[in-house]
Amino acid sequence: MFEEISRKLDSAFQKLRGKGKLNEKDVTAGLREIRLALLEADVHYKVVKEFLSAVKERAVGNEVLKSITPGQQIVKIVHEELVKLLGGQSAPLRLASQPPTVVLLAGLQGSGKTTFAAKLAARYKKRGKRPHLVAADIYRPAAADQLEQLAETIGCTITRGEEGESPESITERAIRKARGDLKDLVIVDTAGRLHVDDDLMGEIERISAVAEPHETLLVVDGMTGQDAVNVATAFQERIGLDGFVLTKMDGDARGGAALSIRHVTGTPVKFVGVGEGIEALEEFHPDRMATRLLGMGDVITLVEKAAESIDHEKAIRLAERMKRQQFTLEDFADQLKSLKNMGPLDQILGMIPGAAKLPKGLSVDEKGLGRVGAIISSMTPTERVEPVIINGSRRKRIAAGSGTSVQEVNQLLKQFDMIRKMMKRAGKKGRRGLMPIGF
Amino acid sequence: MAGFFVNLKRGLQKTRSGLVNSLKSAVTRQDPEELREELEAVLLQGDVGILAADRLIKSIQGQDGDRWQLLEEEMLRILEGEGENGERPPITTGGPHVILLVGTNGSGKTTTAGKLASKYAGEGKSVLLAAADTYRAAAIEQLQIWGERSGVDVISQERGADAASVAYDSLSAAIARNMDVLIVDTAGRLQTRSNLMDELKKIRRVLQKQGDQYPQETFLVLDATIGQNALSQARLFHEAVELDGLILTKLDGTAKGGMVLAVRQEVDLPVRYIGVGERADDLMEFSPKEFVQALLE
Repeated sequence: MFEEISRKLDSAFQKLRGKGKLNEKDVTAGLREIRLALLEADVHYKVVKEFLSAVKERAVGNEVLKSITPGQQIVKIVHEELVKLLGGQSAPLRLASQPPTVVLLAGLQGSGKTTFAAKLAARYKKRGKRPHLVAADIYRPAAADQLEQLAETIGCTITRGEEGESPESITERAIRKARGDLKDLVIVDTAGRLHVDDDLMGEIERISAVAEPHETLLVVDGMTGQDAVNVATAFQERIGLDGFVLTKMDGDARGGAALSIRHVTGTPVKFVGVGEGIEALEEFHPDRMATRLLGMGDVITLVEKAAESIDHEKAIRLAERMKRQQFTLEDFADQLKSLKNMGPLDQILGMIPGAAKLPKGLSVDEKGLGRVGAIISSMTPTERVEPVIINGSRRKRIAAGSGTSVQEVNQLLKQFDMIRKMMKRAGKKGRRGLMPIGF
Repeated sequence: MAGFFVNLKRGLQKTRSGLVNSLKSAVTRQDPEELREELEAVLLQGDVGILAADRLIKSIQGQDGDRWQLLEEEMLRILEGEGENGERPPITTGGPHVILLVGTNGSGKTTTAGKLASKYAGEGKSVLLAAADTYRAAAIEQLQIWGERSGVDVISQERGADAASVAYDSLSAAIARNMDVLIVDTAGRLQTRSNLMDELKKIRRVLQKQGDQYPQETFLVLDATIGQNALSQARLFHEAVELDGLILTKLDGTAKGGMVLAVRQEVDLPVRYIGVGERADDLMEFSPKEFVQALLE
């Protein structure tokens, strides 16, 4: 996400950083590139204008020119202004004091409402809550079937309409049922509608009146162009919005819509959809996003992901073993597994500081990791602890068992040997903690 | 073509009032800097993109003559493209005409497949739909409902099946039944997911196994409300499966068809259809001339 802007801003600042002192010309030149980057990222034209004038006002002033490291000073200013633009603080979903919390979803056709509804339900289900889905889209063919199939995957309940039932009636019935069944969260998925379609905007007004939602979220495609601002304003005027969801942000969409919407409507972006899997949903954090925008990487999200996917006891035991230099192939396989649990590797890579500088199109060889797992699984427990005993015939057996070649087995053993040696050295220096393997 | 005008104008109503009024005031500016800045503001807000906007501005700057007309002419030049504005391959009787629809999630592929099926069926052609989106929940059911509406058979397998195998079977069926047209709906995918793009290449490959001519046309379905990412989509999908053209959907909102200019300018692919509504007949053949006229009129 945002790699493209990051790369562009980075190159703009590279030039600024190279100089000891900055004059107005340098600043203007740097900002021109930022302007292009933001416009190409679909940030709204007017927002770009305001943003740049705010930055320039601060940058060209004494603050920069007299500071010892003017380049860094500008980075700091751009960062601060970006955070401001993105909303300053993160805004989580507000749960009602008296459950169930009712969440109403609205948006254009194809923005990703149904997928988001399922992701949100899955997220709260994972936290031990009892979500209930409502299929209030009576127009798109098979929309209710789609939500029902997703509900089944998540293992949560759903209300769908009877033949000819209105969305208002479906919603009302669903909320009543959810209340009776002591559900925590009711998520109302509505039909996609154009903000200029008066009939359908009237319909969602009526749905909203019936649902009395605690949170009304507008689901916006992260690839949306300049029109995002019009869409957001129109929905806000009709049904009032508590937040936005930005979807499809796992591609190369630069997500300028996030900056625009937040700035123009004053309503926070709450979630970001980052993939097709049911778990591919992140809370929106303006500060982290701004950091990422500047090519500094999103270390906090990375750490959180790691915390979610790594088994703590195992991690502690592993750290102990590494300290005592007893790291085995089995531990190696475990680490690979938790690495994979963190999500698609190319996404993880995007969060690492400086990753924006990596060549575009660089992809992580997930299949290769899978093969490594297979090779280790084909070893006997003794072999995993004492790889020295793996001779030629054992290598052949392992290669055959894992569907790989002897060369690949050799390569893995060689790599593992190197890792062990590195750990030995690190251990001598007295360093602790996990080593990120695979990067 | 009269229908094109009425429908398109209805769809572009909002677009026109905003874009046209600002453009009209912008072209009257005498100061060159002011002219540039105002034109750029209007064009960029219309998602035209920086390169296309630059080209349009240059076409007016320092030129004598009716600026309005100059602008119209340049827009038309962009839309008609640099390369040969190739004719579409005709639908012949020698085997099915296969149309492969690709695009990102939610761009409107399934709806477009349904509309295309209805269009060809309405013209008296025998049509078959292939439900090769085996990933998204209920995508198959959605296409089946479209099929029922226009009396077109849908070839499908269960959800999670191999998309390429559905495509292959569908083409075999279309050949065996001597159908005129086969429309293949595929799963939405972001263009940066290389594994999903590989799946798309495979679909194309297996279609070609039954004859080099298949698929006769591959269209990228583009949501007109999206911005500059359309360029990345056009480039990467083109790289993967050799596109023959674009279908722009959802032009009935306030999204300003400016995307058309950006895509044509930077990736030389013609727009073939535009979608301006949810009804089966809300799909129209794209005509650059009438599009520009309707936009600027």
